[in-house]
Formats: sequence, C-alpha cells, structure tokens
Amino acid sequence: MSKTQLVEQLKGGLDAPICLTWELTYACNLECVHCLSSSGQRDPRELTTDEAKAVLDELHDLQVFYINIGGGEPMIRRDFFELLEYSIGRGIGVKFSTNGAFIDAAKAKRLTEMDYLDIQISLDGTDAVTNDAVRGEGSYDTAITAMQHLQDAGFGEFKISVVITRHNVDQLDEFKALADEYGAQLRITRLRPSGRGADSWHDLHPTQAQQRQIYDWLVLNGRNVLTGDSFFHLNALGEEPLPGLNMCGAGRVVCLIDPIGDVYACPFVIHDEFKAGSVRDEGGFSNVWKQSDLFTELREPQSAGACASCGSYDACQGGCMAAKFFTGIPLDGPDPECVSGHGETALLAASSIQAPKPMMDHSKPSRVAVTIGRR
Amino acid sequence: MLDATLTLHPQVALRPEPFGALAYHYGNRKLIFLKHPDVVRIVESLDGTATVAETLAACDIDEARWPSFEQALTNLQTSEMLQ
Repeated sequence: MSKTQLVEQLKGGLDAPICLTWELTYACNLECVHCLSSSGQRDPRELTTDEAKAVLDELHDLQVFYINIGGGEPMIRRDFFELLEYSIGRGIGVKFSTNGAFIDAAKAKRLTEMDYLDIQISLDGTDAVTNDAVRGEGSYDTAITAMQHLQDAGFGEFKISVVITRHNVDQLDEFKALADEYGAQLRITRLRPSGRGADSWHDLHPTQAQQRQIYDWLVLNGRNVLTGDSFFHLNALGEEPLPGLNMCGAGRVVCLIDPIGDVYACPFVIHDEFKAGSVRDEGGFSNVWKQSDLFTELREPQSAGACASCGSYDACQGGCMAAKFFTGIPLDGPDPECVSGHGETALLAASSIQAPKPMMDHSKPSRVAVTIGRR
Repeated sequence: MLDATLTLHPQVALRPEPFGALAYHYGNRKLIFLKHPDVVRIVESLDGTATVAETLAACDIDEARWPSFEQALTNLQTSEMLQ
C-alpha cells in the first residue's frame, strides 16, 4: 500500500484515534496572546479525578497508545501526577505540554523517574524579547529554567515546542541549536487563528515569503524536527512533500477532549460547530468517537470546493479547517495562508462577514489587550 | 534478513486496523503503519526461534513476494520494532 492509499484510508477514520489531545484544565498562569484554548481561569465543570480515570480506562480499552496532555497549564491540576501515573499504569504513554513554571528540581527528578513520558516545553522565541511578547513577561526565563532542571535531572530528550510566527521564523536555526544544547528535540507547529489566536493571528502569522522560508527549512531539516504534520498546506510549494502525513486528521485520526469533557474534532476548533459530544454522555468517549454525526461527516469524502480547479489541491488538501473557519473563509475555500495566494482573496471576501468567534473563553478578566507591532 | 531470527520488541504494541495494524514502540515512541494484513500476520508469527524464511514459508507466503516482506521487516528492524 502506498502512502497516498494509506492517507485515503485514514481519512475514512479509524476505530480509535491515533493521537488524542486532552486539555486537563483551562487554568493557566500565563496569558499567551495566541492561546488556542483561550485559557486562564479554571472551569468549575472540569472533569473530576475519577471521571478522568474513567476516560483513561476507556482509552486503554480502545488501545490508544499515547495521549497529548495540555491545557491551560496541566501541572496546575492537583491530581496531575496521579493522572499521569494512572495513565502510564494503564499502558497509555503521555506527552504533556507545559510552560515549565511548575518544574522545579524535585519535579524534574520525579518526571525523570517515570517511563513512557514525554515533556514539551513551550517556547516561542530564542530570546526573552521575542518570546515574552507572545507568552508574557518572564515566560522565557521560566521555560529555560525548567529546561535546565530537566537536563540536570537527566530526563533525556524532552521537546521544545515552538509556534511559528512572523517574529520567530528567522530563529529556526537558533531554535534547533538551543534544542541541541539541551539534548532536546525541536518541535515546530503552525499558528492557528484559534482561541485568543483569533485576535492576534493577523499580526502574528507568517508572511507569504516566510511560508516559503518555513518550507525550505523543513525540506532541509524536517527529518530531525517534529511538526505534528501541521504544515501540510506548504506542500504546494514544491515537488518534495514534507515528511509526515499530508492530511487533516480532525475527527478522523485525531481529536480533542477539553477540560470539561467535551470532544472536539481537533485542538484548534473549540466551537460548537465542531463539538462531537462529551465523555460524560452515555457511551462515553468511545461512543462519541465511533457514532457522532460530526465525526461521521468528517470521515466522508470532502469536497475540494473552490480549490477543485487548482492543480495543487492534491498537495495541500485545501489546508487547515480551523484556519479557514476562524477567519470566516468557507470550509471548502482556500486556506488563509494558501501559498498560491488564493488565501488573500478569500480573506478579503470574508472581511465583510463576521467570522465565527472561538468559544469557551476562559481568559482572566483582568487581561489587557496586548498590541503587537506589525512588520 | 531471511536467515535472521527476529521477534517483536517487548515494548511494541500492535493495534489491528482495516489496512493492517499500527505498531507503537513505547520505548522510542515510534509509530509505524503496517500497511498489509499479511505483514501483520508475519510479524505476529515471528517467535525469535524460526528464521524469517521459515516463518514466511510457514505462513504460506509465495516466494515471489518475499523481497517485499524482507523490505518491510528490515524497516521494522531499523525502527527497533523487531529485534
């Protein structure tokens, strides 16, 4: 079976997700301007420890190999280590994303002693100025301190996770060098206009010229860098496809469980339109994954719509659903960052309509809007 | 490869899928798609005592197809899924 045939099969969905993101809490010590889940304050409806363990039991039965835990800041949950240990005990490996604020020397040691555990430290600049403009004052130092603790504890290869913006795209080589310095692996992902990112995306997303820069860099370095396969829209730029699966996995091979147990097609579409159900519904997560109308629909062949006549559709697959949705572009329209330039026209057409607003805003009430300079 | 005696790494789990199976290595966290049910059948039959050739023969795989299985098993060995 060729890779293309495999992708076609995967688009029809699997009996269980390959990669599941679970955001444990909406609480966060930071207020990143591009937070995909608009996190800040805890939601009183968040899953209890017992409910979370019941979900893990289900994921075990579904043979989900590993989960990606995020938030908010997942380490804020008092049962964080309890859930971690429970998951690993059930044979479900954990990779969790953190800003590092709660990783001190003792926690680093404790994390190092656990098997089947991966850590992703979020960092959006190789210097404090670049990083803190997006992630908040002091967050660069916090991340570096956590990385130092992990290195000192001998954790091994943790991940440094970077959201690529127009302000850090020139730092790709420096990020790689930083990861190498800490014995870490670099992971870069695409910025989406999700959560608070809906407000900051227009000022932060890479320019057309920078899209090419990212593609060229990935062609050279992609084999040693993780991307969550998030840059597949760039495949229209050249003959050589980027490493990884060239497809949108939403509802087909990936999904999101949010802190209150709602199941969405992917982490970047927290909106009622992409909510498939809840782990609290009868039949639990398994039923949502296998039976929900939304996921069934996503597993049907999708229309290429406005992109049908474009010769690059097979390469880019029309791009990212979330990026279109939150910029007001129809789902069968071009990606707002379409490398053939169709995104700009589509964005212009969408500017007269009100784009859907991300839901489940848990931003802290005191939050002051941050202005980021254009360049 | 044909003379090698291989077995699934103890930290590897297989999940059956319509296209074959997913193989996940809990140690190095690699995820591999086994893209044919016959490959899954062979991998599950490797017991660390019989050679690959003996296993292919025992599983009634036509010798004309052996090279493609050798390739698939070599890839799995490179990813440490097989040892």
